[in-house]
Amino acid sequence: MLKTFKPGGVHPPENKISAGKSIEVLAIPKTVSIPVSQHIGAPAVALVNRGDEVKVGQVIAKSGGFVSANIHSSVSGKVKKIDIIPDSSGYPKSGIVIDVEGDEWLEKIDRSEELVKDFDLDSKEIVDKIMEAGIVGLGGATFPTHVKLVPPKGMKAEILIINGVECEPYLTSDHRLMLEKANEIVVGTRLLMKAMGIEKGYIGIENNKPDAISLLTEKTKEYPNIKVVSLKVKYPQGGEKQLIKAITGREVPSGGLPIAVGTVVSNVGTAFAVYEAVQKNKPLFERIVTVTGKSVEKPSNFKVRIGTAVSELIEAAGGTPEDTGKIISGGPMMGKAIAKTDVSVTKGTSGILIIKDEESKRRETIACIRCSKCVSVCPMGLEPYLLMTVSQKQMWDAVEANKVMDCIECGSCSYTCPSNRPLLDYIRLGKGKVGQIMRARKN
Amino acid sequence: MSVTILYTVITLCVIGIAAAVILYFVAQKFKVYEDPRIDEVEEALPGANCGGCGFAGCRAFAEACVKQTNLSDLNCPVGGNDTMGNVAGILGLEAVKTDPRVAYIRCNGTCDNRPKTNTYDGAATCAIASSLYSGDTDCQFGCLGYGDCVDACDFDAIDLRANLGVPLILDDKCVACGACVDACPKNLIELRKKFPKDRKIVVACRNEDKGGVARKACNVACIGCGKCEKECKFDAITIENNLAFIDSDKCKLCRKCVSVCPTNSIVELNFPPRKIKTEEKEECQTEN
Repeated sequence: MLKTFKPGGVHPPENKISAGKSIEVLAIPKTVSIPVSQHIGAPAVALVNRGDEVKVGQVIAKSGGFVSANIHSSVSGKVKKIDIIPDSSGYPKSGIVIDVEGDEWLEKIDRSEELVKDFDLDSKEIVDKIMEAGIVGLGGATFPTHVKLVPPKGMKAEILIINGVECEPYLTSDHRLMLEKANEIVVGTRLLMKAMGIEKGYIGIENNKPDAISLLTEKTKEYPNIKVVSLKVKYPQGGEKQLIKAITGREVPSGGLPIAVGTVVSNVGTAFAVYEAVQKNKPLFERIVTVTGKSVEKPSNFKVRIGTAVSELIEAAGGTPEDTGKIISGGPMMGKAIAKTDVSVTKGTSGILIIKDEESKRRETIACIRCSKCVSVCPMGLEPYLLMTVSQKQMWDAVEANKVMDCIECGSCSYTCPSNRPLLDYIRLGKGKVGQIMRARKN
Repeated sequence: MSVTILYTVITLCVIGIAAAVILYFVAQKFKVYEDPRIDEVEEALPGANCGGCGFAGCRAFAEACVKQTNLSDLNCPVGGNDTMGNVAGILGLEAVKTDPRVAYIRCNGTCDNRPKTNTYDGAATCAIASSLYSGDTDCQFGCLGYGDCVDACDFDAIDLRANLGVPLILDDKCVACGACVDACPKNLIELRKKFPKDRKIVVACRNEDKGGVARKACNVACIGCGKCEKECKFDAITIENNLAFIDSDKCKLCRKCVSVCPTNSIVELNFPPRKIKTEEKEECQTEN
């Protein structure tokens, strides 16, 4: 029997159109706009000034607090300006714009493709290198990895889970990475285990990616403490808490972190970035981005420098199709539609999805018919219909009492609702409001 | 049979009388004194329970009034000076007059003035739309037009004007309770001093972008040029973050700022039409 999580989950059509396309390196753009806030936590503080010459991999913004991450230049050239740059939400964000000149890397970065398997570093050194390289969770949440690797006092991590689930429909960046960089991911996994003193590691992959499962099983043969787990396909299995439940059977308590049940989860992309940072001295300044959609001419997986405009990726994939309705940053379930394509690729951009006009429209919202489908698909065991109603009526106490903060915003409720009710929209609103109230109470 | 009924009636009467006696003494013992003036004050209030005074309904406001020795911090915006005069009369305090206020939505970005650059088809509330992104035009500060303020208004004082994209506050119905001010996620609504005949001069814009960016997004955006600030003799206008603001408490309705504004972002409302002086002069000159 294949493992999976309970309760809830949905089965959206997979549409992994770009799964067979190997990773292409996208040409370096003429200018890049790098936001200083690409992670959860405090924005980084710019270190460079207008007119400064920068090299690839140079720190251009320093971590601005405990939960924050360094930002590195993804290109070489001259700093054009430090200004407000467009953000995928349309609200102003501060960023650094660099005019590209050549492609000159810092000397310490090892640019060879050669696999460096062995390492002789203690846990502190690994964490420091990860912190220096500005690595954040590349699954989408962009939580600074070095913070995750130092558990709060009194807690001990026993199990590391590498997340290769990629349950979002359409997206294939993690899948391609597992196929093309399997050795590196295994080294990255070992590094993460060493950094936290963990003995047991799992790599969780859904069984719609049999090639990745067999490849990684083979590559991990020599490490008996790393096991590849094949999982039954179900969305949102890539959610940290769902993956822990599926693999270990442990349940993260309400309001708690995975460390509370002795587990730490990292994305395969993060494991690869850790390998590059520690073994190759290469900071995080590029990532794999899937550009896909049913009418996209050349659905592709690109290796992109951070700060490249989304429009360049779409151009490289054959341009914007005529029947485009929405362009989404991320996957169709959790991604966000973007209003303009001049926004930059950031550390958290896992894909660019172009949805056809006829598929992009929301259908008319009608009354709740009390079918309770949303309740049965909610992977966190919440009651979305109720949360929506109390949030709509602005009864914030009730919203909080019904555990809105446990919502992982996976969108299964909205996806399954036969009345097309905007459940997640209202739940997210309530979550934001309750978050504010809780923070105000703390202070 | 009749004896049974008799006994029942007698027993019930005895229990009733005994309970009444006990209850009477208990009520005496645990009596809570409540100032009778609270009821009187509550009676004098409009009873809208809108919360515009800052208290949880009219009763709470009445309790607060009775506790105070000075009414200067308390005001019922719905009832205005008349109601507060009555309240002061009941309490034997001096009434403090406050200027009546009226809400105004500081955005004139109607569909004609502010072109839409994208479409939003999510849940049609301003709170959700603004939490997702900046809006369906290039102006991230402007009105979203989904009418959270209309829903918040208990007095039917806001007309959604869905075809225009920006709601309108009906001055004769608005009581300045402030519910819309809290409901607007873009902080567009301001409670301004109410002038006679509902006249007002307002910078109908909240765009803090630099001039060029603001102007590109909206024809009537304030570009922060500062001409109005120089023109104003009463120091009523201040410029901050590329945006002019007219303090309604200082404004004398002279209308000089309106004519110097290059983008027509300052609006004058409910004034009689101006006499067009310049044209007359030109005509005179040509005649001579």
